Amino acid sequence: MTTFSEDVLLQVGNVKHKKGEGTLYVMNERIAFILQGSETVSVSHLYTDIKMQKISSEFKTKVQLQLVFHNGETSTFHFIKPDRSEAMRDRDKVKDVLFKLLPKFQKKVNKELEEKNRILSENPSLLQLYRDLVITQVITAEEFWSQHAPKYVPRNVNNNQSTGVPANFLVNIKPQIDGCNSVKYNLNYETINCIFKTYPAVRKKHLEYVPSKMTESEFWKKFFESHYFHKDRINLGANDLFSECAKYDEQELKKELRTLDNNSLVNLSSIDDVDIGEGYGLFEDSSKTTNLIHESIIKRFNQHSISVLKTSKAHSSNSEMNINKNIPNNIEKDTARKHDLPNGNCDTIINYKKSKIMDKINYEDLNPSTIDNCEIESSNLKLNKVEQFANELTKCTRSDNKSLKLKIANSMKEQISNEVLKWSKEHTTCPINPSVAVQALGELTPGGKLMKGLLDDSQSGLLLPPEVSKELQNLYMALGELLRHFWACFPPTTPTLEDKLIRTHDALRRFHSVKLKPFEDTVLREHSHLNQISSHLTLMLNSAYTKYSSWHCRRKPYPS
Amino acid sequence: MKLDVDGLTVLFPYEYIYPEQYSYMIELKKALDAKGHGLLEMPSGTGKTVTLLSLIVAYMVENEFSVNKLLYCSRTVPEIEKAIEELRVLFEYYKKNGRDLNFLGLVLSSRKNLCIHPEVSKEKDGKIVDGRCHSLTAPHVRDKHSIDNEVPICSYYEKFDSIGKELPRFSGVYNIDDLKEFGRDMNICPYFLARYSILRANIVIYSYHYLLDPKIASVVSKELSKSSVVVFDEAHNIDNVCIDSMSVKINKRIIEKAITNVNSLEKTIMNIKERDAKKLKEEYQKLVEGLRDANIARETDTILVNPVLPDQVLQEAIPGNIRTGEHFVSFLKRFIEYLKVRLRVQHVQQESPAGFLKDCFQKVCIERKPLRFCAERLSSLLRTLEISEVSDYSPLVVVSHLATLVSTYTKGFVVIIEPFSDKVPTVSNPILYFCCLDASIAIKPVFERFQSVIITSGTLSPIDMYPKVLDFHPVVMTSLTMTLARPCLLPMIVSKGNDQVTMTSKWEAREDIAVIRNYGQLLLEIANVVPDGIVCFFTSYLYLESVVASWYEQGIIDNLQKKKLLFIETQDAAETSIALINYIQACECGRGAVLLSVARGKVSEGVDFDHHLGRAVLMFGIPYVYTKSRILKARLDYLRDQFQIREDDFLTFDALRHAAQCVGRAIRGKMDYGIMIFADKRFSRIDKRSKLPKWIQEYLTDSMCNLSTEEAAQIAKKWLKLMAQPFSREDQLGHSLLTHDQLVNKKYEQGIC
Repeated sequence: MTTFSEDVLLQVGNVKHKKGEGTLYVMNERIAFILQGSETVSVSHLYTDIKMQKISSEFKTKVQLQLVFHNGETSTFHFIKPDRSEAMRDRDKVKDVLFKLLPKFQKKVNKELEEKNRILSENPSLLQLYRDLVITQVITAEEFWSQHAPKYVPRNVNNNQSTGVPANFLVNIKPQIDGCNSVKYNLNYETINCIFKTYPAVRKKHLEYVPSKMTESEFWKKFFESHYFHKDRINLGANDLFSECAKYDEQELKKELRTLDNNSLVNLSSIDDVDIGEGYGLFEDSSKTTNLIHESIIKRFNQHSISVLKTSKAHSSNSEMNINKNIPNNIEKDTARKHDLPNGNCDTIINYKKSKIMDKINYEDLNPSTIDNCEIESSNLKLNKVEQFANELTKCTRSDNKSLKLKIANSMKEQISNEVLKWSKEHTTCPINPSVAVQALGELTPGGKLMKGLLDDSQSGLLLPPEVSKELQNLYMALGELLRHFWACFPPTTPTLEDKLIRTHDALRRFHSVKLKPFEDTVLREHSHLNQISSHLTLMLNSAYTKYSSWHCRRKPYPS
Repeated sequence: MKLDVDGLTVLFPYEYIYPEQYSYMIELKKALDAKGHGLLEMPSGTGKTVTLLSLIVAYMVENEFSVNKLLYCSRTVPEIEKAIEELRVLFEYYKKNGRDLNFLGLVLSSRKNLCIHPEVSKEKDGKIVDGRCHSLTAPHVRDKHSIDNEVPICSYYEKFDSIGKELPRFSGVYNIDDLKEFGRDMNICPYFLARYSILRANIVIYSYHYLLDPKIASVVSKELSKSSVVVFDEAHNIDNVCIDSMSVKINKRIIEKAITNVNSLEKTIMNIKERDAKKLKEEYQKLVEGLRDANIARETDTILVNPVLPDQVLQEAIPGNIRTGEHFVSFLKRFIEYLKVRLRVQHVQQESPAGFLKDCFQKVCIERKPLRFCAERLSSLLRTLEISEVSDYSPLVVVSHLATLVSTYTKGFVVIIEPFSDKVPTVSNPILYFCCLDASIAIKPVFERFQSVIITSGTLSPIDMYPKVLDFHPVVMTSLTMTLARPCLLPMIVSKGNDQVTMTSKWEAREDIAVIRNYGQLLLEIANVVPDGIVCFFTSYLYLESVVASWYEQGIIDNLQKKKLLFIETQDAAETSIALINYIQACECGRGAVLLSVARGKVSEGVDFDHHLGRAVLMFGIPYVYTKSRILKARLDYLRDQFQIREDDFLTFDALRHAAQCVGRAIRGKMDYGIMIFADKRFSRIDKRSKLPKWIQEYLTDSMCNLSTEEAAQIAKKWLKLMAQPFSREDQLGHSLLTHDQLVNKKYEQGIC
């Protein structure tokens, strides 16, 4: 009991805890207290249990350190070195070590376990999957969390959304002027972050200069002197540290100007169809303003707003692009696309422009049908993989023409509606011959000709005892999850994919032996008439095995 | 839906209709029936274009002999593109109803938008595109090419020239992109094809300039059929377009360039004379023939009259002293020298064209008669000399136009010579303005030639001003209001700040720091309550600049940025476009933004702020035109003497139509809603208020006319809550939105009354 395998980071004597005097040990994972003269540890707290530490105020006579636990309890240590300042030093040492250690443990425990627990409790199906796959050791827990779980809780995992940049972040650092001639700027971490995000050029400068050429505070001092902070100052002289940044900003703007395309509906420079021509007309040519300062203020405000807007855009386009199709940044995407295309073929832009125009000329209240149209358009889901999986296991065709599909679907829809129309007419005019009807009914009941493909399932579905059906459901889900990952590995182009493929294949094998076999056995034993019930599962597994073995064979000739 | 408008069956491509659209159709039909001109105001954003198109197309279907063409003119390229798409919707609706229109509707745009030549189309500047196109397609270039294959020509034009005119007449709707695609498929020049096709098309959608600017109209639109209907949409500014197209201004640069032009002309003539004297002789013959043909065409009334080609030129013989090329060039030289001397002034001079001519005669012995021929003579000479870069000669062409105009029109014009601009009195920058004061001169041929000309816009109030200014007699003149199921526009006049200081942009008060602060406070309070986009309009760019600078000093901008991103219109069109694109993005991603802009600027004229792009529009001050300008003074004098329009009336009219135009940008359709704030005490005076469009006046009750900043913010807050309630079509039906049955019933009721 007295021996600790852990390292002792700090040992402090003359500490009182609950009236007893002793020594405090600060270790890797816990803090311990041993009473004087005693060999055993009287108090031991894991860091993971500790919520926070508190220290007594400087002016109190007692020098104390209090630990607050997650369960609300507290534990107080009293430092009793005769010299108060020494006691303080001891206390502060402990405090500093704890200060460094505690956050690590807090994060680990709280975040991960709690999160996992929560996720599992919120998703019964995931919990079931966990039971089926992890507890039976078909796959490891780590694998489960890294690969299978994220799909179930995409939002919670993706939730490290960073805060945006407020438009007025520079205002928060309003200088405070104290009595004497000094000016104080309040600069905190968030503001610096905002500055970096908004002005990449400043970040670059910062990396370049700090700390090699100047100190942090010097750098910011320079920054506050620059035009970024004082929008009404004209950027003069090349010796200014940030004049280069100004140039960079200007270039950015110019780049943007070049992307301005003539098709945009708001491009003011191409809004007039015909120039009236030099020498005609009465309006004065917009003579350059006399006031350079005003001009540059306005320019800077625009630039500032554009940069701020860009920071949030970069973000949303990274994380939300595939989820959120609501196109706030479509314009940007379009200009980007135009950049890619060298010239000429800019159908997408034309289409985009056209849809914009149609949007403009459409009156939603005048036309009921338009609203429905929009909905159809937007519900054009990305179902590529799901569809493949649902339709056919072994076939790996890649369909790329969505619009064609839509067309087919539409034509099918029309056909069907036509059929339905025609059919109902016939139906009303001549009712079906009773004998034919009976025959048709017969074919449609289990065992009939039309039910052939579905025979097993439907039959067993009718007669399945609830516990077996539940079990079967779980099996399907677990296997489905594994197979999804298995098939997603094809074609295995990278080593990591190959690795994953092999692992998934192993997991499938294990699943087969650990879960499916026992299930089959029990079914055979207890409900022998249902012996066909797992045939589809086996079929799925077998097709996966064949795929794997064929891949395996082909891979062998040239081992990498 | 299928409507019955006064006996005419109209297919309207929507299921429902606004009552004002129906009344608009009735008025429009009256004008067409009477074969007269019309002046119609209909609130912006109530579907004017589609209403116009469906009625006129229906009219053309029924009366193919009396009306066989529609010329739809709009102001900007985006508006033109919108109009053609509306036409497409209409055509498709006809098709759906089993009536396939065998009509052709197309857009005509300038070369810069239509060119598909791989290199020329890369140019962005319209003039350069025109020039390069000309250097590839001019007849003599093509002649040279037939001798020497190295001379570059445009294959698309060649194709057009060989088969373009024999192409079978096609039907359908062609926008700019369709035309280009068609051109690429057929390897044929879309621009020339479109220009040729407008003669055969049933519906042509193009810019004002193709009818109103004599330089272009004489090339493009002169052969269009007489029995056409012409529509000028968004026409609140039409008088300015007319005036601009007839005015010339000459500065030092143009003079210098014109001198170089003349010198190079002289050289070319010398060269040709050595090589081919015959050609020069022929040149004169051609000119005479050309003029004779023009005279015949004008007398037989087959073409649109070109106001720059006066009647006298056609009827009289060309004076001897400019008959030969050499003489003409030295004549031009003398005239330019004269202009140069005139530009050397120390103080402003203003004189009538007659005075100018007299002075010209005294100083350099140039008579009026040869001056009149200048424009025609020069263009003939340029043609003969086979100059491919005609665009290089534009300064000289400007001078020749000036010569012709000044000698042709003694009334309605004035010559003003200013040694420097008012804004920068220290810098010498002499300019000779030849100002057109009478908007009716440019538009007169249009009124005279075409049987019906419809002038329409969302903001034409006060409507009686237009017939006076444009000098025509409309058979129909109506201003429609907007029926609304909920008060979806909230006009307010804010006359004072919270500190009770009067808000105004009056000249004496506009630099007052208290006024500027109050404007800022108003914007702040509005930004606090209004979601998404807010657009502000200032009276001038200079004012905008100085206000922004003081707002920055006062910390108002800092506070504003707490709520919204800030974007500001600049004098550079491209920069402004970038700001505008970002403004739209900021509104669309939900961040909200404020756009500071200028009345009469490009933003106010060409961009819509519908729905969330403009939930509130603030008009800071009354956007009077710069009243100290001499050109304006001359025009005001002319209007007073000629049309009995009082100065103040005209100035207020002009200011208020721009104000209305600015605030009207915010509303589009009855599902939209927006706040309109007029921040100037003077708006509440009856002479200003009553000049606002009726549909705004209706909702501008007396209680809204003298608000303080705080009150306005309170009202806006309450109103926005009301607007935030769900609003469906059912709420509108029967009142501000009608089904076919309701329309029939309503008509029936009206019939009884």
